[in-house]
Amino acid sequence: MPNYYQPEIETAPREKILEIQNEKIVKQVRHVYDNVKYYRDLMDAKGVKPEDIKSVDDIKKLPFLSKEDLRIAYPYGLLGTDLKNCVRIQSTSGTTGRRVVAFYTQNDIDIWEECCARAIVAAGGTNEDVCQVCYGYGLFTGGPGLNGGSHKVGCLTLPMSSGNTERQIQFMMDLGATILCCTPSYAAYIGESLAEAGYKPEDNKLKAGIFGAEPWTEEMRRSIEKSLGIKAYDIYGLTETSGPGVSFECEEQTGMHINEDHFYAEIIDPDTGEVLPEGEKGELVFTSLDKEAFPLLRYRTRDICVLTRKKCSCGRTHVKMSKPMGRSDDMMIIRGVNVFPSQIETVLLKEGYPPNYQILVDRVNNTDTLDINVELPPEQFSDKISDLQAKEKLLESAMRTMLGIGPKVHLMPPHSVARSEGKAVRVIDKRKLHD
Amino acid sequence: MAIKQLTVFLENKAGKLSEIVKRISDAEVNIRAMCIADSSDCGILRLIVSDLEKAQLALSGEIISAIDVLAAKMTDKAGSLSEILTLLDKAGINIDYMYAFTAPALGAYVVLRVGDNKAAEEVLKQNGIETLTIDDMKAF
Ligand SMILES: [Zn+2]
Repeated sequence: MPNYYQPEIETAPREKILEIQNEKIVKQVRHVYDNVKYYRDLMDAKGVKPEDIKSVDDIKKLPFLSKEDLRIAYPYGLLGTDLKNCVRIQSTSGTTGRRVVAFYTQNDIDIWEECCARAIVAAGGTNEDVCQVCYGYGLFTGGPGLNGGSHKVGCLTLPMSSGNTERQIQFMMDLGATILCCTPSYAAYIGESLAEAGYKPEDNKLKAGIFGAEPWTEEMRRSIEKSLGIKAYDIYGLTETSGPGVSFECEEQTGMHINEDHFYAEIIDPDTGEVLPEGEKGELVFTSLDKEAFPLLRYRTRDICVLTRKKCSCGRTHVKMSKPMGRSDDMMIIRGVNVFPSQIETVLLKEGYPPNYQILVDRVNNTDTLDINVELPPEQFSDKISDLQAKEKLLESAMRTMLGIGPKVHLMPPHSVARSEGKAVRVIDKRKLHD
Repeated sequence: MAIKQLTVFLENKAGKLSEIVKRISDAEVNIRAMCIADSSDCGILRLIVSDLEKAQLALSGEIISAIDVLAAKMTDKAGSLSEILTLLDKAGINIDYMYAFTAPALGAYVVLRVGDNKAAEEVLKQNGIETLTIDDMKAF
């Protein structure tokens, strides 16, 4: 039995969604052109006028915005309305030194929370649920977003924020939390902590988890589902577009439905900026269709993924995006194939190896070579060379299936993968030396 | 009786082997026998040492394992090794690898890594071939 928060729009026919999008984009481009000087200058430089945008088909004529633009325009340069109309800011952690500050009107917040409510209902949430939100609260969008969504659904909301696992577990068990919202790594940690405290997966009342804000693999999903006895749903979003809830998973767990009545998604070739057809892998670009305070048009997320309009068994008609496969910054093109470190990591975890690896790309006789050094876990060690070679072959074949090209795998002793400042140097591309 | 072989994973890096050997000798452990197998990427160092525990301690941080191997005594006459191999072959016992060593007080031995230590030992015993015990190892 599928669950919808706003069935009419979530299951609307394609034409209806397009009609809404077309109507909104015309208004939105006008709104941005009139109010955001930074973007108006970009449009003028490209020779695009608001009247050139008559439908979503024309979005491709608009200039892109990148994280760099956000940095240049910080803090008010992309503001779409007077500050007196804004009620909130949220911000990214700024660990890379590029802090993003996004502004919200009350209407922006209502829409954002509705998007989160759709995600919670898709995960089976109703007003009878107890929703434990242990995403961080504050500047980070995770806590406020899911908190607001949980209110809209009518769940009893536990605004736990992150950390203090002992207290998380106490509230979870004492108040019978049924839905858990946090990062996947924290969910895994809570699962371990529950087991250490002597609880079995069936001892908690949880039925679903909504996990996002960091990359996670299908293997990780299965292991969280097992340790907590739940179904784990992915959720996607970014501060630049609002926060979590830009897209969310339904019970089919085969990709995240993008809330297309609020966000228009494109997949582009990260090198040329050209829009790619449905089903092709490329960089995800979002256009906010109705945000008032921070209305980004054609914002390049740097996330690499695939869009699909294949009919979904849940009944939702909104386009689905795959889990991001990596960042466009991390993408390597080897023998014409796009390769991401995250794909290699997925294979390693699946085959029982730690994610300690190093990728060496080189060019020998005009052909790209791909070598992957993998640290051998002590329990996989054997006194026979043939066993170790068989392990290398097995990894090579699993990598070939995942990547589409065959690497050469080399098993290494632990701690042999070079690290700088505690962080592993994942990729060494020597081809640049030859150019 | 089987004895313990210490196995060490070696990366193909200059100086790695001598570093391992030095760490063992610094711990005052004697290496009775050794054999290296390698591929293009890495190597496996196989050792019979006088004190397994001390050697393991000396190599902490490395990938090591201790496995059971047989050390069969060879007599000082032609065809002794061949006899051992023929016996095992006839009994259908596969040999993964082997290497030999001599100990002044005890004679010459061939170290055998086989699929089934018990069966191999039985075959050797029935044919009057001695195998070293862990206690023998301590003595020499
Ligand atoms: Zn669906």
